[in-house]
Amino acid sequence: MSKPKSHRFDTLSLHAGAVPDPATGARATPIYQTASFVFPDTDHAAALFNMERAGHVYSRISNPTVAVLEERVAALEGGVGAIGTASGQAALHLAIATLQGAGSHIVASRSLYGGSHNLLDYTLPRFGIETTFVDPRDIDAWRAAVRPSTRLFFGETLGNPGLDVLDIPRVAQLAHEHGLPLLVDSTFTTPWLVRPFEHGADLVFHSATKFLSGHGVVIGGVLVDSGAFDWDAGAARGKFPTLTEPYAGFHDMVFSEESTTAAFLLRARREGIRDFGACMAPFTAFQILQGIETLPLRMQRHVENTRRIVAFLDAHPLVASVGYPELPGHPDHALAKTLLPRGCGAVFSFNLRGTRAQGRKFIESLNLFSHLANVGDAKSLVIHPASTTHFRMSAEDLAKSGITEGTIRLSIGLEDPDDLTDDLSRALYATGKA
Amino acid sequence: MRIDVDDTSCYAYTGSRAMDADRPSIVFVHGAANDHSVWALQSRYFAHHGCNVLAVDLPGHGRSGGAALATVEAIADWIPRLLDAAGVARAALVGHSLGSLVVLACAAQRPERVTKIALLGPAVPMLVSDELLAAAKADDPVAFEMINGWSFSAGKQLGGNAVPGMWMTGNALRLMERTHPGVLHTDLVACQSYGQGLADAAAVRCPALAIMGAQDLMTPVKGAQALLGALADKRTVTLPRTGHAMMAEQPDAVLDALREFLKALA
Repeated sequence: MSKPKSHRFDTLSLHAGAVPDPATGARATPIYQTASFVFPDTDHAAALFNMERAGHVYSRISNPTVAVLEERVAALEGGVGAIGTASGQAALHLAIATLQGAGSHIVASRSLYGGSHNLLDYTLPRFGIETTFVDPRDIDAWRAAVRPSTRLFFGETLGNPGLDVLDIPRVAQLAHEHGLPLLVDSTFTTPWLVRPFEHGADLVFHSATKFLSGHGVVIGGVLVDSGAFDWDAGAARGKFPTLTEPYAGFHDMVFSEESTTAAFLLRARREGIRDFGACMAPFTAFQILQGIETLPLRMQRHVENTRRIVAFLDAHPLVASVGYPELPGHPDHALAKTLLPRGCGAVFSFNLRGTRAQGRKFIESLNLFSHLANVGDAKSLVIHPASTTHFRMSAEDLAKSGITEGTIRLSIGLEDPDDLTDDLSRALYATGKA
Repeated sequence: MRIDVDDTSCYAYTGSRAMDADRPSIVFVHGAANDHSVWALQSRYFAHHGCNVLAVDLPGHGRSGGAALATVEAIADWIPRLLDAAGVARAALVGHSLGSLVVLACAAQRPERVTKIALLGPAVPMLVSDELLAAAKADDPVAFEMINGWSFSAGKQLGGNAVPGMWMTGNALRLMERTHPGVLHTDLVACQSYGQGLADAAAVRCPALAIMGAQDLMTPVKGAQALLGALADKRTVTLPRTGHAMMAEQPDAVLDALREFLKALA
């Protein structure tokens, strides 16, 4: 018997999780726009509710269209399964709420998306969950921040907006030395650029709004479990009781006994999605699936275009600095070559020389670049982080995150790169005259 | 629950139910480099439908201590000691792959302890490729990939899981990756070296069910024909478009076949 071969990434992007619809033969994944699913009989109904049979009950808990997306992202990440959520923020909240409660603690990179920073710094403390933010490059800072109550390490594959490259192998190793899982936001990279589980991460989430869907038309998130973390190892210390102790909310189920590899996902679905309810809509899942079908092609073009724009800006006299890890001057250049050999994504920031007024002039002079709060669209985007996405942060925190008044963030789309450099060139010329 | 067998702490999943002496009992026995969780849906169903369930982690596997037992006969001899420790006089035995050989041998050796046997993905002899044995002996993770590639039917290699959101092949791979070094090789050698299969089958007197996957490449349907011919009281179910990993690929079809066969118990 010849050695079997697993399907490769591009094939999985098109096919994973999907089969022709058994009812109609439809080749595209149908949008199962239904709240509920009919039970064949009462025994079957009871068995579905009690996790004795597989299937769908109610679309808040699971839905066939969403399930295809969940399988597909799990396949691309190399995980055991996934849960689709209403947004990336909902995915982050679901991960945290599944693992911990009041009195617990998180160690997180300080280079985070502004919304994630808000959740950790301002909102979760109200529910008794505290976070210590650390310089993601300082492994000693991660170590020093660990407390007996720490339950999670958290960082972004590429920090927002300075593109700090998270040293996943080192941070994961440190987390595991303390019996803790590492959660990674891989929104900027997608599994096409890096598969964090292969480097030691335990949980991954995406804002699928960005590159996974790729066209700026949906809000959605996906939370993926590697299935590798040993939750029971901390059981003697009561570290993860939500997974290792009987849950009265589901007939005293002990999730880590129910599933050796998917205890986290079971609890997240049977409690977090059920009770918090931040589920994904079937139409959203369909749109994200359409996007993922072309993810490899789009990411390749995103990165190629970005390299052209980075080179253009890096050589321009009105640009003080460009923060892209492929540039030799970036602090994480060597790490990026190891972890991100296919490229460092399509979102980066640069600093203009000149005044804040000149910064406004630059943004307002762009024609092809859309001024809005999003990244990962097929169309190129621009924003001024200090006054928008990160406006709630103090000046000190902004500085720690590498953001100044002159910082401009670009998300490079799929247009002809010559048209993009023409647009930037015109805007920089206007800026110089302002 | 934890059970001490031969002074070794072992684990058996019970569906979060206490054992009840008035209920019939079913023991589920997993295959090579697996544990009790491969039976998650089926074992939970019976645990909540009138049966005591012991979905075991064999010695050296999953949550159970000790070393992996080296032969099918040794594991079959361990099952009655597990029943003794659990206070169970007789039980139906359900086994997958290596586990199917174990329950066959146990029914032949200790008929007084066995009410029925269900053999999922059986074959006699259970041949293992030299390439797989060599990879397992070297604890090379490629062995897990080979098993995965041969265990799931062609269609299910791309997913379409009945369990929402779970990526079957990834889950199976991760479960095998938790196996202690050397255990997969021990299990595979146990399968390969079991030479008493047809004699044991001829000695079985209790009813037997064989569930086979029509696209099983690990233990093809034809590999079970001699075994089926030797069993006196048997019935067979062949699942279409299904591979060796049948509990994951067709959880409801497997459950329905087991329900029909075991219904007199519950």
